[in-house]
Order: sequence, then structure tokens, then C-alpha cells
Amino acid sequence: MKKLSLVPANTKIKFVGRRKLFFMFSALLVAASLALGMTRGLNFGIDFEGGIMIEVRMPEAGRLGEMRSQLGNLGLGEVTLQEFGSPTDILIRVQRQEGGERAQQVAIDKVKGTLGPNVEYRRTEFVGPQVSEELFRDGVLAVLFAMTGILIYIWFRFEWQFGVGAIIALAHDVITTIGVFSVTGIEFNLATVAAILTIAGYSINDTVVVYDRVRENLRKYKTMSLVELLNMSVNETLSRTVMTSVTTLLALLSLYILGGEVIRGFSFALIWGVLIGTYSSICLAVPLLLYLNVDRGTEKAADNTPGGTPQAEAEPGE
Amino acid sequence: MVYFSKWKIILVLAVVALGFVFATPNVMEKSTAESIPTWLPHKQVNLGLDLQGGSHLLLEVETDVVIKEQLESIVDGVRVALRRDRIRYTGLGVRGLGVGVTVRNPADLEKAVQLIRDIDSGIEIDTQGNRIILNLTDDAITERRNNALAQSIEIVRRRVDETGTREPTIQRQGASRILLQLPGVEDPERVKRLLGRTAKMTFHLLCETQTAGQGRVPPGCMELPDADTANPNSGGTYLVRRRVAVSGDRLVDAQASFSAQTNEPVVTFRFDTLGGKRFGDITRDNVGRPFAIVLDGKVISAPVIREPILGGNGQISGNFTVTEANDLALLLRAGALPAPLNILEERTVGPGLGADSIAAGKVASVIGLIAVIVFMILVYGLFGVFANVALAVNMILILAALSLFQATLTLPGIAGIVLTIGMAVDANVLIFERIKEEVRAGRTPISAIDAGYSRAITTIIDANLTTLIAALILFFFGSGPIKGFAVTLSIGIVTSMFTAIMLTRLLIVTWLRRRRPAALPVV
Repeated sequence: MKKLSLVPANTKIKFVGRRKLFFMFSALLVAASLALGMTRGLNFGIDFEGGIMIEVRMPEAGRLGEMRSQLGNLGLGEVTLQEFGSPTDILIRVQRQEGGERAQQVAIDKVKGTLGPNVEYRRTEFVGPQVSEELFRDGVLAVLFAMTGILIYIWFRFEWQFGVGAIIALAHDVITTIGVFSVTGIEFNLATVAAILTIAGYSINDTVVVYDRVRENLRKYKTMSLVELLNMSVNETLSRTVMTSVTTLLALLSLYILGGEVIRGFSFALIWGVLIGTYSSICLAVPLLLYLNVDRGTEKAADNTPGGTPQAEAEPGE
Repeated sequence: MVYFSKWKIILVLAVVALGFVFATPNVMEKSTAESIPTWLPHKQVNLGLDLQGGSHLLLEVETDVVIKEQLESIVDGVRVALRRDRIRYTGLGVRGLGVGVTVRNPADLEKAVQLIRDIDSGIEIDTQGNRIILNLTDDAITERRNNALAQSIEIVRRRVDETGTREPTIQRQGASRILLQLPGVEDPERVKRLLGRTAKMTFHLLCETQTAGQGRVPPGCMELPDADTANPNSGGTYLVRRRVAVSGDRLVDAQASFSAQTNEPVVTFRFDTLGGKRFGDITRDNVGRPFAIVLDGKVISAPVIREPILGGNGQISGNFTVTEANDLALLLRAGALPAPLNILEERTVGPGLGADSIAAGKVASVIGLIAVIVFMILVYGLFGVFANVALAVNMILILAALSLFQATLTLPGIAGIVLTIGMAVDANVLIFERIKEEVRAGRTPISAIDAGYSRAITTIIDANLTTLIAALILFFFGSGPIKGFAVTLSIGIVTSMFTAIMLTRLLIVTWLRRRRPAALPVV
């Protein structure tokens, strides 16, 4: 049987040689993301901003305009309505009300009173000011802790240079993901934080696989130039990198298209994360090692590597 | 690596078999699964509220109110004690988390302190000149707050039970919060309405001078609004004696019914023995005078006592609708909350959306699974089939683990499973790619497989552990549905490492032994 081959054997693509291009591209992405994050900001969901979100299914389509004016006249501040997946499903978002937790309940009652009993309430979510602040704080802490945890693990398993390279690539992925959320205006909520953490895990996963190969080759080819060695490591692992990205993307695309409106933003974030994570491990994490003064493994250094030497168990038992 | 010891084979097969057994209840109807004897695996996956529909409410008990009440009762205690012993004082009142009072005559100070000490055991007493300062001790405050929370949880439970909600979860969270989960509740508005009232009921006599709303309130009286504000004929406010004649704590039962005379909805109630006696005494002594039934600081009814009510039974008519009468009866039966509740967070999902989410999640998982399976076969041929068997078993193991640990499956949890489908084959991809390389380097099939596995394993562990770190941190910081994502992702990582490393290897080794191929089908 003829097999599908996404990446031909023995590729010799000079990834590391084009590093200046990648670095510039990424620097631009990161700068743009930071600028956007500061100027345009994020479309925070009620999880982080507080407020009310109600998803309703109307008996018939085409009442959006009417509803918009009805709900807009309630004096609840900013009320936004949008179709949600189908013309009869409408997502209503009401800004956080002044006056503590009770005022929010009054607002929910007003909206439900206005819409009347003939609509199906598919979802009612309300997050008060206290809880939204806590969720935001927890979200930020979770991302920071996850990145620290991963950094510590990499630092134990590899030399510090690899840890630095991995964390730069990781920060790049997280920052540009936030940038993408700013550009697209997709709601940034608790699920997005979960997506960012997953992206972090995935991106590191990819980086670790390539780094593992770099480490192995560093021991094998002591005299090869570092540029050449890094290129070889990327190319050797390229078909795995592409394969895993493809299978993950296949599953995520299925989720994005078929998984329903509620988690579409979440699946979008994950898809973006797989793409940027794959790019950053090959085009950033590896070339960065050139500048991080990687130990070229004299006998002593290799033996001192924390976490053991894969060479010992890699001897084939024939 | 190519060699498998007998016990290892048995272990792998046993894990797979157990996975099947624990996952099986999930393909049955719920009623069938429930009829399985308990010594057999019978648990189904626990669906989160976002999938089965229901309401999640985070409530806060305003425990400050309880502390304030406590301080006010200390003020009353001090007033009574000092007056009784004719000690003249000034400036008595609540100050922050304490109470202050100044004794006019310094000679009385010691005696006053003595008297005050007996009022409440949870106070510390300081003196500054003639001023006595009483502070609640930290322990006393904590105990008060804890009691208020525990009592609130009990009352919330009773009220929720009265509404007939099946299997509610009521949990304490932190120092002053209650997490309430109501599966299957379509209309949380009623529950919210019921929880939004403290339902403190008291019976008071009215003050003789009813010149409410104008001028000063006579001592010992207070002005309370009429609950029925919609009624244009209502006087607006009543002057009510401060002293509680009978407290609602003494109620043992309350039912909604209809008045025999007017056929309007009313609430009938019954006092316990002591309450009934007190109510009897008061009604006997005050025939012809009005008394007020006060609920949460509002007068719901102020009828004139026509005759002594001696049996301990009574009836409240307050222009109720049937729903209002039912709610009031329920609240009185369940008892009063020690402090008001605030709803901090609400997430309600209707059964329609929940069912749609499950359906969409199932379709997305199946299509994703098929896409990955086809792709793996196209790229790796027979070895792809091995990886796919591992993938299928992995799905079963995830289901089994979720059922066994009774973890909650949420919509993001389904997303975690779909993501696992894509990432679970990674370990096999790593191994197969490595085998390819070894074959290209000129190794024999057995030697290539051996080297492929042993070299890929450290990478697989490194790569999976980093994802696991992220997932675990998400588990500890995440809440509700997001926790569900962390759960399935973590379980998926662990089970995929087992299936990808152990199970596919067993399959490949068995195939290798039987066929003894000259070339490997991956290349």
C-alpha cells in the first residue's frame, strides 16, 4: 500500500538560517499584540467583567431589531444583542449594574419580564463584581503558575539554556494569542484562560520533542557546527511535528465546526495555539539556542546533565 | 523492549478489560445502570450542569448582619443592666466591632464593669477613664459567623428540599459562601425568590397612637412599612411596638389554604406549645386591639383581635396570590435565615441547550475520531491500525476513569476529550517516526522497533509531563466547567501514555512474533 507522506524523508530545510526573518516576524507579532492589548483591549466576557448574559431561543426569527430597542429602553446601560449560531438564538449581554449584587437580580428580572414567557431561556449567566474580580485574579495566577511550573520542569530535565529558550517561545505564544483575541474581538473568558494554558502545554510539548533531539545530537556529533546541528534536529523531527499538528488540528477542526456555538471561541483559540505553538518551537525555540551559549557537551558536562542520560538505555538490545 | 514478560501482558490486558467493565454502564439506559448490583461497576459518567441542564448559584451570607445584631443586643443588655442598678450613663452605642458606654459617676465604674461582664461571654472589656469599651473577641466573631453560615446552609437546604428539587448539592465555600447546585431546575427564579428572603416573622402589638408618617415615633415603638405597597388604600406605614410579642421561631407548621369566609388565599400556621400559650395570653389580654404580623421588617397584615386565639393555630391573610401564599407557607415551614443571602454568581443552563451541547459534543468527538483514524491508516498503514486500536481503548479508559472517580463531565470536558483524540496519537507518531529513522539507518525490523521505542520514551514522558503540569494547575485554579476540562485532559494524558506505549507495543510485538516480517510497513 502506498502511504501518505506529508513530509518527505531527509528534508534539509534551513530553518535556523532564516532565523533573522522569523525573529523579526515574531517581534512584530508580539509588539503588535502588546500594542493592541493596550489600546484596543480585550472583549472580556462576564466572567472577568461581571454582568449578565442570557441566551434565548425565539419562537421565530427576525425579531432582533425589535428586541434590541425593547431591551435598550430598560435603562440598564449597555445592552448588546447578537445572533448566536442560528437566527432564532440570540445572545443578550447586559453590562454590570451599579449597586451591588441585588441590582443584578433586578436587571435579570427586567429582561426576563420584557421578553415574556414565550421564549426559551437556554442559558442565564450572571457574575457579580466580587466573583469576577476573583476569577480574573485566579486566571492570571493560573497562567503564571503554569508557566513557572513548566519552566522549573524544563530546567530540571535540560540545561538552563533550553529552559530560557522554551519560556521565550512560550511567552511568545501566550502574548500573540492575546493579540489574536484583541484583533478578532472574540470573547475572552474563563474558557479562554483554559485554552491559553492548554496552548502553553502543547507548545512546550512540541518544543520539548525538538529539544530532546537537539540534546541527543549534541552528544552524538561533538564537532558539527551548532547551526548545522540545530537544523538537522529540526528536520529529523519535522515529520513528527507536522503529523501531530495535523492530527490535533483534525480533531480541533471537528470541534470547531461541529461542537456547537458555546465552545467555538474555545476551539478557535486551541486551533490558533497549535499553529503558533508549532511555529514557535521550530522557528524560535531552536534558533534561540544559538544565542544562549549552549554547552557543547564536553564529557564532564554531559555526565552532569540532570535527569539522566538517554544514551544509557538507548543501546539497542538485539 | 521487544520482549514482553507474561505478567506484563496480563497486566496490560487486565487494565484494558477493567476499562471496558467500568465504561459499560455508560452505554445503558440510566434505569438499567441503576439496577446493577452495587458490587458490580454501575456508575455512569456524572454530567455537569452545563450538559444536563440546571442551575449553579453562589450565595453569600451577609454575616456582618449577624455581628451587628449581636452588638445591638449587647447594647440592649447594657442598657437594661445599668438601668436596673440605677447607674447613670451616657454615650451608649455600637462603635465599629464593639460597644461603648460612659459611666457618669466614676464611683460606679467597677460595678458597671461587673454587671456588663455577665452579659456576654464573648466580649473583652477595656476602660478608658469613665468609658467602658466592649469588644467582641475574634473567637466570638468567628464562631458567630460560622454559626450563621452553618444555620444558613441548613435553612437553604430545607427551602430547596421543599421546592422538590432532586439531588441538590449544597456546599460551604470559604468563610461566608454557599455553593448551590440544582440539577434539572428549569426555573431557578422561584428558588432565587425563596432564597432572597430571610423570612423572619414576628408578631407585634400596635402602638396606641397611630399617627404614622408624621411627627416623632413614641418611645418603644417603630415605624414599619406596609408590605402591600401595591394597595393604594394601605396606610403606607404602621407604628408597631418594638417588643416582639411572639416570634416566628415558635412556628411548627404553616400551610397555604383558602379562607373559609372570603375564599382568598391565606396561610395557616401552628405554634409550638410555648408559642401557642404566649399567643393565647396576648390575644386574650388584647381583644379589640390590632396586632401586626411582620415579615422581614414589613407589616404583611394588621388585623384586629376579635377573640382570644387559644389553640395555637392562626391564619394570615394579606391579599396574597396563590403563589405568594404557597411561598410564604414554605418559607415559614423552613425557618428564617439568620442573615440575608446575596447571589454572587448564577449559571443556569436550560435542558434544551444542555442536550444540544451533548449531541454536538458527541458528533464532534466521533467525526474527529474518524478523521484521525483514517489519517493514521493513510500515513502508517498497519501500524496506524495498531495506533487506532490504542486510541479507541484510550477513549474507553477515559470513560471508565470518569465513571470510576465520578468526575464531572462538562462541555469543556468534552473539548478536552476531543483534544486528547488529536494529541493521544502523538506518542505513537513519535515512536513510528523514530522507527522509520532507524530503518533508514539500516536496522532490521526487530532492532528498529526496539530502538524506536526505547529512544522515543523519554521524549514522550517529557512532553506529556509538561502538558500534565498545565492541566493540573488548571484543575486547582479553574472553577466549574473549566475544572471539567482539566480533568478529562489530565486523565487523557495518563491513559494515552499507557495505551500508546504499552498497548501498541504489545500489539506490534505480537504481530512481529507471528509474521516475522522482512520489512516494516511503516516506511
